[in-house]
Amino acid sequence: MVEPLRFRDDEAVADPAVTVDSFGDQTNAAAVRLEPGDDARDLLPCLGRLRLVEINFPGFGDGRGYSAARILREHGYTGELRAVGDVLVDQLAAMRRCGFDAFAPDIAFDPADAQAALARWADVYQTAADRRAPIWAKRHPGAVHG
Amino acid sequence: MYKYDTYDQAMVDTRVEEFRDQVRRRIDGHLTEDQFKPLRLMNGLYLQLHAYMLRVAIPYGTLSSAQMRVLGDIADRYDRGYGHFTTRQNIQYNWIKLEDTPDLLGELAKVEMHAIQTSGNCIRNISSDQFAGAAADEVTDPRPYAELLRQWSSFHPEFTTLPRKFKIAVIASKIDRAAMRLHDIGIEIVRNDAGEFGAAFYVGGGMGRTPMIGPLINGFVPLDQLITYSEACLRVYNRFGRRDNKYKARIKILVHEIGAAEYTRLVEAEFAHLLAQGIEPPLAELARISENFADMAFEVGAPGDVDRSDPDFALWLDRNTHAHKAPGYAIVTISLKPVGGIPGDASADQIRLMADLARDYSFDELRVTHAQNIVLPHVRKADLHALWTALDGAGLSTPNLDTIGDIIACPGLDYCSLANARSIPLAQKISQRFAARQEEIGELKLKISGCINACGHHHAGHIGILGVDKRGTENYQLLLGGSEAADTSLGKITGPGFDEDGIVDAIERATDLYLTRRADGERFLDTYRRLGMEPFKEAIYG
Amino acid sequence: MKVLTGNDLKSGDVVWWDGAAWSRHVVDAVDVFDQADTILAREQAARRVNAAYAIEATRDAQGVRPAHIKDRIRALGPTVRPDLTLKPADPDAGNWVI
Ligand code: SF4
Repeated sequence: MVEPLRFRDDEAVADPAVTVDSFGDQTNAAAVRLEPGDDARDLLPCLGRLRLVEINFPGFGDGRGYSAARILREHGYTGELRAVGDVLVDQLAAMRRCGFDAFAPDIAFDPADAQAALARWADVYQTAADRRAPIWAKRHPGAVHG
Repeated sequence: MYKYDTYDQAMVDTRVEEFRDQVRRRIDGHLTEDQFKPLRLMNGLYLQLHAYMLRVAIPYGTLSSAQMRVLGDIADRYDRGYGHFTTRQNIQYNWIKLEDTPDLLGELAKVEMHAIQTSGNCIRNISSDQFAGAAADEVTDPRPYAELLRQWSSFHPEFTTLPRKFKIAVIASKIDRAAMRLHDIGIEIVRNDAGEFGAAFYVGGGMGRTPMIGPLINGFVPLDQLITYSEACLRVYNRFGRRDNKYKARIKILVHEIGAAEYTRLVEAEFAHLLAQGIEPPLAELARISENFADMAFEVGAPGDVDRSDPDFALWLDRNTHAHKAPGYAIVTISLKPVGGIPGDASADQIRLMADLARDYSFDELRVTHAQNIVLPHVRKADLHALWTALDGAGLSTPNLDTIGDIIACPGLDYCSLANARSIPLAQKISQRFAARQEEIGELKLKISGCINACGHHHAGHIGILGVDKRGTENYQLLLGGSEAADTSLGKITGPGFDEDGIVDAIERATDLYLTRRADGERFLDTYRRLGMEPFKEAIYG
Repeated sequence: MKVLTGNDLKSGDVVWWDGAAWSRHVVDAVDVFDQADTILAREQAARRVNAAYAIEATRDAQGVRPAHIKDRIRALGPTVRPDLTLKPADPDAGNWVI
């Protein structure tokens, strides 16, 4: 596997990520791997001891991992969230918005393409896990939301 | 109508450049077709039977005369001189070159248009009532809500790879002109007893191979929770919608399989969680958007009388105009269904003419209807005759709205790579066969799809036709009794299918029976509902 | 016979394998016998064609006739717009697809 592309300063977790099932039994595991059919909310009771969550994309067209990532971030997970598998450079910007901060694609990104993808969108329409101020917030500075 | 600010413009411009880069990477071989396909679909570019086809978004069916004019120019410059208005209020071009697409999108962006999310497994163009802002029967203009949802759904990072495509319609009238309950989410803006506006959510409707009428899951979502509630609906679908079988992947199957009550419970739980996430734009944003949809400066005291002495004009008036909320004004629908013509097609010249007429007679505004016609929403009654004369000179004055000649037909096997049978030649034959009798038959909505995907809404036709492949030849099934209006119902198959001529004869036998058995004031659909399928079956197969 | 068809990557035009290159005219199509997969893999990898596939066809007096109506319509053009087909001057061209 290629070296993951990381957007974090801390040391990468060396432990192998275990399945959600075995994670439940291994109370010392700090890394877990979510498959598309796994429920991210099953991890919520153990967020405190988790340092790495790998979310697997067996095929790029299955988007369940985007929801899983946001759910973990919305519940306060701050450890590494790594997209692995069939992850394509054109998905990078959306994945960053959903809270992924590391990428280990089956086929490495072209570095120039990755850089262009990350730099492309000056603004965004929605609030998401990256907490970027959406366009509506810039239009109404100081407005109480809702 | 909605005007882009610098943010909206930058988003569209950025997408053009992103797509330019994606096309470059495809042409130079960095992307395989498998990888490129979802990227081009997210920008409305299909590879169809003869060429690439580009679907351009017309958000909630509203466009300006300047935008319409550009649509005509693009037809000349990048296509073969015509465009096809679709059943989801968009326009398609059938002969686009991949290498030209970025420049074409650049032209569109200059007039605040795009092809974003007009295909792919994402939230598609939001559709709405084509009479919004003009109809006397609406509680409010639904388009500000549609625009709010458009911005929220554009490039939504969580929902770019849903199990399947996702279609939302927003209306604000009890008279449903947008087939709202046949959408993945149908939203009706309503007013409660306290006089406050809110949104009723119907989720899990749709056509396709398993047609369903969407159940009501929440009768009143407050307007300051509209986006949050929509996000909850989508997240539950993204997480739990089926992905094992593309024919079972639409949200209607999820809602049907787990039940509307369980789906609602999941949505409400997700909603409760999301309420704390600060994803809802402030009401000030809705107010800002709404300012773009303020009433036109309608002339006070505009004359209400129309000279009906020309019988052709009078017929068109009765058929193709509707009551407007402002006295002295009318809503005009231009039929794109000339006898023997291709439903929804318009030449570049016709498109530009309609743009000019909108500028001269309708406050610069046009609408596209899901029945593939064009609306001039705000016409002074005093101008109707001049408008009709101009339309008549361009083959655009066919007086057949909502009659058997006003056929919805998908492109079918003449253009579509998924088709089993041709739709257009059948539409042409039917409109010719019934041209002399359409007025006598009255309201009769006939809809044709070239395959089970039901883009022609055949389930929802008073008469529906479905093209099937019968051992390599085209065959057509007949359905009766569908409706996509407020009295939504799904049509039933009459029995064995027909060939192209056979089905035209079968329709004639059905309409003959209707003409002999109808009670006073009954439409075809009413007579069918009263008599039931049996007598029609006897007449058809006798 | 077995013939190959697809679309030109840049223009989207319908094309047919003529034994050496891709032609816009179905009459040029040749029988590829058992070479379909090899040719398709090579030509698509080189991006000389896109979304290509093999179909059954027959050769008769008028040329090559694809077995399925869909490919006959692809070979001709939309039957409802004779002016946009490859045979705009032939009013009966549409009958060939049926
Ligand atoms: S209904 Fe079928 S044939 Fe018609 S446009 Fe849709 S996919 Fe194509």
